[in-house]
Order: sequence, then C-alpha cells, then structure tokens
Amino acid sequence: MYVIICGAGKVGWNLARELIDKEHEVTVVENDRRRYLTVEQELEHAVQYGDATELWVLERAGIQRADLVVAVTGDDEDNLLICQVAKEKYLCDRIIARVNNPRNLETFKLLGIQPAVSATDLILRLIEHEVPSYGLVHLLDLPEERLEIIELVVSDNAPAADREVQELDLPEGALVISVLRDGGGFVPKADTVIQAGDEVLVVLDPGLEEDITRQFVSSNGRRG
Amino acid sequence: MFVLIVGAGRVGSSVATSALRAGHTVSVLDEDPLSHERLDVELGSSWEEAGGRFTIGTALEQDALDAAGIAEADVFIVCTNGDNTNLVVAQIGQRQYNVPRVIARVLDPRRAAWYREQGLHTICPTQIAIEQLEAAALGSEV
Repeated sequence: MYVIICGAGKVGWNLARELIDKEHEVTVVENDRRRYLTVEQELEHAVQYGDATELWVLERAGIQRADLVVAVTGDDEDNLLICQVAKEKYLCDRIIARVNNPRNLETFKLLGIQPAVSATDLILRLIEHEVPSYGLVHLLDLPEERLEIIELVVSDNAPAADREVQELDLPEGALVISVLRDGGGFVPKADTVIQAGDEVLVVLDPGLEEDITRQFVSSNGRRG
Repeated sequence: MFVLIVGAGRVGSSVATSALRAGHTVSVLDEDPLSHERLDVELGSSWEEAGGRFTIGTALEQDALDAAGIAEADVFIVCTNGDNTNLVVAQIGQRQYNVPRVIARVLDPRRAAWYREQGLHTICPTQIAIEQLEAAALGSEV
C-alpha cells in the first residue's frame, strides 16, 4: 500500500514508522523546515518538504497513485482541504483526517470528510465508556454492526434480583447471554434466577444501556 | 442586500465600507478586535455610527457566523489572510447556510481555479497580478 502522511508531528512521524515497519511505502510531507530536517535524519527519502495543501506538493508526493492519504497536521482547515482534494480531485480511495478541535467535527461531516478522528473525542468517549458508572463495563462495541456487549454487576434490591430471566423487563433488542457467579460462568436458561452479586453479560442494540442498567442496578444500591 | 464579510484586512474593510456607503446592510466578522479600527478610518466616523455591524469571533466556529447574521446574508465574502480558512468557511456558507452568493479570496492560483470548477466563486489576486505584470512587462507579446 502507498500511503501519504501530511504532517510530521508526533502522530505523523510515529504513524510513518509503524507503516514502514509493516512494509508499506510511505511519504511524509512536512512544511516546517526545522521539523523536516529532524525527521529526515531518520526517515530519509520518505519525507518531503512542502505545504501539503498546495496541489503541486501533493502531486510531487505522488498523490495520483496513493492508496491512502492521512492528514494529521495540527491545523483542522489544512486537514480538511488536503482530504477534500485527495478525494475529489485525485480520486484517492481512502482518506483519514485528524480533527484537532472536536468542535470542528461537524464541519468535516458537512464537507464529506470521513473518517475524521479526534483524539480529544476518542479519549472523552473512552472516559464515558470505561469509567464504570452503575457498574457497567463495555466489553465489545461494533458500531458498524450496531451491536454491543456490556457487563453489569447486579446490585441488592435491583428490579432483576431474585427474578427469572424470562420475567426480566428488558427492552426489545437486549438478551442476557451469560451469568458469572461464584467464579464460574454459565449460559442462563429461561428459568435461571438472577441473584444480587451476579455479573451478567448482555448483548444489545446501541442506545439501550440506560434501560438495561435500570433493571440490574437499583437506584440506591450502586456497585462497582 | 445583507452583506457579510469575514476578515477585516485591507481588502475586507474596503469592500465593507463601499458596500455600506452604497446603502447595503453590512456585517463584518474578524477574530481581531483591533481590526475594527481599520473600518473606522476608512469611513471617517465610527463603523457602528455609520450603521455597520461588527462581530469578534473565529469564522470556523458556527456560533460566530450565527452571531454575525449569516442566516440573513444575501452575499457572503470570505477574505481572511489564510487561503485554507477562506476555502473552508466559504464552503460552510454554501452548504450549511445556503447563502445565495458566496465569494472566497484564494491566493493560490491552482486551487482558486480548481475550487471555481467545483462551483465556488473564487477571486485570485495572485492570478490578477500575474496577468497584469505579464501585460505590463511584455506588452503585446502576451
């Protein structure tokens, strides 16, 4: 695969190293002279000096034959326009844009630049997902397939405690697939009784987390 | 007409004051509060006294465009000192707000030409300078 990386900051440089390690052909474009000279000592011919928002610089880097263009400069307008010309002028199949200010995500969407990756946004989502509020842990997220698996600890006095699986008041699109109890796990049957302290794995359509959480965690008996 | 101008540099402020003198409603958006002075100098009285609007903000953020009145704009002129900002902001005006007439200043001739082909009205001062210089230097040989 031939990859053009625009911006030799920490992200661009390390990305280039990884891709070269995996035996891809890489050209990095950097428009700061000093940064270029630093990176050039390691990457040698795989880095070019120039402003990647200028068409002739992209052409010199060989954009016509690029399989992937990654725009990871520190400037959102630059990343947007690099990807826009890569996609619409040079008909590059795949682009990836970095979003520095998550407030600009909407603009990337508006101009059809996808995927647009915002580190701030990613970390924020990780915080929201990983901090186990209500004892909820995301085990698997498949946004494309619209599928998630979460793990919950059943609290004392939860609506689901001491009830059979078939009696649970779960929304359409949710299924209890496993129960972990006393160090072992098993697949529940319709008449399995859920107990406080059980860890349950639930497969669900995205967006149902709150409804499901309400069944397994009582509002005054949070755990985890 | 309601004219919204982003970037109150030499070009933006001149166009703003001419449009105001011609009787249009004019709103100017710039991230530098001091750029306001240029508007006053051009008019000889304060910009607001003359009926102009001025908003401080970054045009890439839609809150600033909203505050400057983009929803009512008939004409949207984007002439900050950055080509990339101008191209992005002009496209926001086209696609998000459907402003009837959007004009962007782009110094890079090749990109000005390509975006013009894509349906964005671009003005390229560099191209104009190239043509005038060639004509002045080489006369009829051009």
